[in-house]
Amino acid sequence: MSPNDIYQRLKVEFGDDILSLNEEPGFEPAIKVNPNNIVDIMLFLRDEEGLEFDYPSCLSGVDLGENLGVVYNLYSLKRKHRITIKVEVPKDAPNVPSCELVWRSFDWHEREAYDLLGVNFVGHHNLRRILLPFDWEGHPLRKDYVQPDYFHGMKVQY
Amino acid sequence: MSEVKDVSVVLGQVPTQHMKLNVGPQHPSTHGVLRLVVELEGEIVVDVYPVIGYLHRCFEKVAEQHTYTQVVPYVDRMDYVNSMNNELPYVLGVEKMLGITPSERIQAIRVICAELNRIASHQIAVATFGMDAGAFTPFLYLFRDREKILWVLEKLSGSRLLYNYIRIGGLMRDIYPTFKDDLRDIIKTIRETNAEINNLLNNNKIFVERCANIGILPPDVAINYGCSGPMLRGSGIPFDLRREEPYLIYDKLDFDVCVGSGTVGTVGDSWDRNWVRMLEMEQSLRIIEQAMEMIPDASEDVRAGIPKRIAPKGELYSRAENPKGELGFYIVGDGKPKPVRVKGRSPCYVNLSVIPEISKGYMFADLIIILGSIDIVLGEIDR
Amino acid sequence: MGLLDRLDDPYDIGDNIFLGTIEDVLNWGRSKSDWYMTFGLACCAIEFMAVNAAHYDFMRFGCIPRPSPRQTDFIIISGTVTLKMAERIKRLYEQMAEPKYVLSMGSCSNSGGPYWEDGYHVLKGVDRIIPVDVYIPGCPPRPEAFLDGMVKLQSKIKHQEIFRKRQNMSQADRDAIAQRQVELQKLREEYENWRKEHFDILQQE
Repeated sequence: MSPNDIYQRLKVEFGDDILSLNEEPGFEPAIKVNPNNIVDIMLFLRDEEGLEFDYPSCLSGVDLGENLGVVYNLYSLKRKHRITIKVEVPKDAPNVPSCELVWRSFDWHEREAYDLLGVNFVGHHNLRRILLPFDWEGHPLRKDYVQPDYFHGMKVQY
Repeated sequence: MSEVKDVSVVLGQVPTQHMKLNVGPQHPSTHGVLRLVVELEGEIVVDVYPVIGYLHRCFEKVAEQHTYTQVVPYVDRMDYVNSMNNELPYVLGVEKMLGITPSERIQAIRVICAELNRIASHQIAVATFGMDAGAFTPFLYLFRDREKILWVLEKLSGSRLLYNYIRIGGLMRDIYPTFKDDLRDIIKTIRETNAEINNLLNNNKIFVERCANIGILPPDVAINYGCSGPMLRGSGIPFDLRREEPYLIYDKLDFDVCVGSGTVGTVGDSWDRNWVRMLEMEQSLRIIEQAMEMIPDASEDVRAGIPKRIAPKGELYSRAENPKGELGFYIVGDGKPKPVRVKGRSPCYVNLSVIPEISKGYMFADLIIILGSIDIVLGEIDR
Repeated sequence: MGLLDRLDDPYDIGDNIFLGTIEDVLNWGRSKSDWYMTFGLACCAIEFMAVNAAHYDFMRFGCIPRPSPRQTDFIIISGTVTLKMAERIKRLYEQMAEPKYVLSMGSCSNSGGPYWEDGYHVLKGVDRIIPVDVYIPGCPPRPEAFLDGMVKLQSKIKHQEIFRKRQNMSQADRDAIAQRQVELQKLREEYENWRKEHFDILQQE
């Protein structure tokens, strides 16, 4: 199925939650959705006949200046098509419902997005830092991050 | 005289506690700095909690501060045992965003480098897996043959381990005159050694007893967890990105997709994953033989296609088949020379997250075998 | 004839008697049988495994790998040292028994390597936490470079003074060392207090 077909299918089912489809050349075809209902949308994508996105490729957080974005890349082993879903949340309240129960792979991916960018996944059973030490302050991948001077007595800068 | 009580009744009344054992970051058999907090009941594993991040080298932040060409050496250092395969999805992604396609000769050389590195990576995987099970000789044999591959790649690119050879739009330099003869020698040697290793390790009764029926990964769990590579194929699913979404010249080459089929145990156990790696080494040799014929002898300037200014605009998720699985890069560019975001989706990160699921109920020594059969490289997990 | 009468005779004595100091003999023994700890962190560890394997055999230097820090003479830091790992390395170094040496392999552990500018989680050189004896440059260093570093470490051990140093240490030096020990003890207590404060989090980890 082409991205436009998937977009129409989702629009029929979820109406206003599906915001837009971006199909410019050079850009991966991406569907932007409302973050509030994301878990239902993901379950629909995984279980619906004809879509059957059973393989989670990637979940990445992006710092878009004023907002934080989360990008879900999905692939279907049965139907051999792929789609990208995008979500945007403001930086001072970055709450996104967690999709870790839909595909178990997003468990660790969401922990990493929280660790490096500060996206708060509501409903995750164990949202803790995974790559950085547990008492690290700040979220490094944000554009306005400043390196700390000392950490546990060790000088961080060169 | 007091009655002799049944031993199980007595033991059932003794209060016991689970023991938390720390298989720390420094341990002779964790493949790198990985920490496992294992909850044990006697010798049986109840739960495993992996702690990672001891090698977090801030790749994604570094990639935002360097230009697209300068990111290539950092991509190398993610999965340091097969650098050429790491560079491929990143370079292919940026080339797709720019809209350039290099010539077929360059693509054939890239395929040969990638397959040579695939063999080298699988050699390390089988060697360390044998060491985990207690066998030291396959380590020496496989590293001796790996040296031959590294010498060829050193003559080609200048470095033994981290090459920085595949560039955006071409290669670093052309092949040297005796490249094809060296490749023919390597192919012959590796075929002999593989037969030896099969005899010594894979069909060895002790090794089979150690690995069969250990760490069984059911196919639907593997798909839901996003596993890829030999982990997915060892469970019986014939999914190979070189067949599904062919890149470079893989659609013109003839090779089989190796699947585990439960030869000595159940489908999806550790022996199957190891066997898939051995079979893939043979398929890589076939690919190298075919790709060698596709390189015309006349040399060309491999740096002619490299653009002067690399500043693509767009977003792309490009992926390729690494020896460990599906390596993907989500690249976001906005027309400036430095990328906005480069996210590396590493296969080992996802493969390692399966460990709590597949290791419950086995003994502690089997946990080490399961960890070895997943074949992790910490540089890729922590990036 | 006695032994000393045969000293001037070139044919009888042969190579059976060597004359030297105890220090020479001890240092010769120590340098030719260094046991090291298997501690590979990153890419340099793969190069190090290649040095151990059959082609560039490392065991012919008398170096046997031991997994426990209590049984080793020196530790090879091969790979990038991150801030999360640095505390564990410090602990491992403190667990080793004197005399101990450190070999820093690769540019990441020498000075931070390619991550020197933007790596917020990379320790810029392992000599910020433990004292290093030999630095081996390279990214990763060739096996021959590594063996050259090992030879330098052996010559360093061979020329170490064992006995005279303790007798010649002046009172001023000894006072300075004692004072530094007091300061270090204070720092250790502070760190322990901080650690106890956050102990709950450590237990959940």
